[in-house]
Amino acid sequence: MSSFSVTEPSIQQKWIAGTLVIGYALITLLPLVWILATGFKSSPDSIAYPPKVTFQPSLEGYVNLFTTQMRQTPQYLAEHPPGTWYEEIVHNKGMVIAGPSRFGERFMNSVIIGFGSTFLSVFLGTLAAYAFSRYRIPLKDDLLFFILSTRMMPPIAVAIPIFLMFRSLGLSDTHLGMILLYTAVNLSLSVWLLKGFIDEIPREYEEAALIDGYTRFQAFYKVVLPQAATGIASTAIFCLIFSWNEYAFAVLLTSGTAQTAPPFIPTIIGVGGQDWPAVAAGATLFLVPVMVFTILLRKHLLRGITFGAVRK
Amino acid sequence: MADVALHDVTKTYGSTVALDNVTMAVPDGAFVVLLGPTGAGKTTTLRLISGLEAPDAGEIYIDGRPVKGLTPAQRDVAMVFQQYSLYPHMTVRENLAFPLKSPILRTPGTEVKRKVQDVAEVLHIAHKLDNKATNLSGGEMQRVSIGRALVRDPAIYLMDEPLSSLDAKLRADLRVELKRIHANLGATLLYVTHDQVEAMTMATHVGVLDEGRLVQFGTPREIYEDPVSLYVAGRLGLPRINALPADLFAGAPSGARTIGLRPEHIAQGEGKRSDVIRIEHLGDHTRLHLVLDGHPIVTLTDPGSDLEPGDTVAIQPRNALYFDAAGARIA
Repeated sequence: MSSFSVTEPSIQQKWIAGTLVIGYALITLLPLVWILATGFKSSPDSIAYPPKVTFQPSLEGYVNLFTTQMRQTPQYLAEHPPGTWYEEIVHNKGMVIAGPSRFGERFMNSVIIGFGSTFLSVFLGTLAAYAFSRYRIPLKDDLLFFILSTRMMPPIAVAIPIFLMFRSLGLSDTHLGMILLYTAVNLSLSVWLLKGFIDEIPREYEEAALIDGYTRFQAFYKVVLPQAATGIASTAIFCLIFSWNEYAFAVLLTSGTAQTAPPFIPTIIGVGGQDWPAVAAGATLFLVPVMVFTILLRKHLLRGITFGAVRK
Repeated sequence: MADVALHDVTKTYGSTVALDNVTMAVPDGAFVVLLGPTGAGKTTTLRLISGLEAPDAGEIYIDGRPVKGLTPAQRDVAMVFQQYSLYPHMTVRENLAFPLKSPILRTPGTEVKRKVQDVAEVLHIAHKLDNKATNLSGGEMQRVSIGRALVRDPAIYLMDEPLSSLDAKLRADLRVELKRIHANLGATLLYVTHDQVEAMTMATHVGVLDEGRLVQFGTPREIYEDPVSLYVAGRLGLPRINALPADLFAGAPSGARTIGLRPEHIAQGEGKRSDVIRIEHLGDHTRLHLVLDGHPIVTLTDPGSDLEPGDTVAIQPRNALYFDAAGARIA
């Protein structure tokens, strides 16, 4: 089936490959492990020198992340004993919970904006890529180059015009505004990536579907789309990673209602001293959605579902 | 079932003329084989009739109706592609059911099941119905591909070298099967092939294409016995027709440049002496490779022949075909 020959690697080669992969994984994972650990440290442990590798785990960072707190008099604290485990953690510091922090809200903003713009980028990107791949379009190459050229400067270079545009259109600090902005930035990547994937799907499949009694759109939907799943999944992951992590525009264009988690997390530092465990807890939770998304789609990242069905 | 007619159909791709003013009438129930080398326009003809491509000029009629502007679905044609193009994300069963479930047909579930089973049995793939389409051998894929056309009951079947990737035995079986289907259904078939046996055994009509032009259209016997040109004569016949200078033998009509000798046009025993170069015993017949005045000639002799290389054989033409300098038949 495949055009290259594959021989089973020897035990020695497997060991070398395994060692390299594990070594690389250790280097890249170490900062993540450190962040994860810091999230469960107490405040003093988090800044201890030399750094502590073993420590008494504490959920203080997470409690600080999700709540706002107030200092209270010993008398008040004695009169109001803590009712829950998290109230107790706060109580032991001589404080009480004043209410929820804005982290949950910011996190949800990230989810809405990140997944919203990813969906839109991939949806529009797939349609555009299909058209570029299959139809005769005047100036096709120039249009494709133009689309790519939008990524040739750093997006932040156009921050000022976008800021002014958003202000006059009333898009500043709105979910819709951020979704549109991230979609615009991601679309060039998405069109180019998906065009590559769709180019590789032989036209014969659609032609067969047209002959079999389906319309062009049905052929696209029933035959092309399932085979482009691999490309769509990997494109979606790239788009989500960008819009999830984007910081500069989020700082510039959002403040109250639509602020995402990236600009919010650093502000935690300022709340009552340098609260590294809370920052680490925020960063840890912030990692989870992209990780889950990638793991869910990872089987699509393995190529090869269409190989062998069309005689080359 | 329906007849198909092409009127002055022309199609170009960029500067290449794929079809040049082709007019052809395919009667209802005919089994038409299109012959011609690669690039002659055979596949283009099928694609234009199917509606996958639109002609630059000319009209196509299916069942008497002009089909200009109609989609492939509206034309009600089934096509077997040269590349098998099974839907790789579906099982064999889903592949076969796909045309039946189309919005045009909307076949009820029980009938889909029955038709798929029937076709699978005819094509000997019933035991593979639940396999993924990618998990089949080349021959099986091609049979599924043919099956996807046969589950339907279209106006016309278009087949683009459907048997070319199969082994000899399967090819022979399917040839018989296609002929039977044609006879039973009274279906109209347009069939592209390079294979002479397929053309001679299955066709009711043969169309010969040369660089986009339809040079002759007729029954297989007409094409074989009465070709209009040397080009057509070369498309059918195995061993191929021997094209020799006309003055090699006496009796050529004036203006003849080439004499075309099929094996049965060569009488052995009298005439000019030629040298035997090689003998190929093929079982039911024997091929004789001769050289006459430096011109190689291939002919047949009876299986019991005891000729050997180095012997000489006297040969002379019998009912030969004569062609002029341009290759057109003159006698």
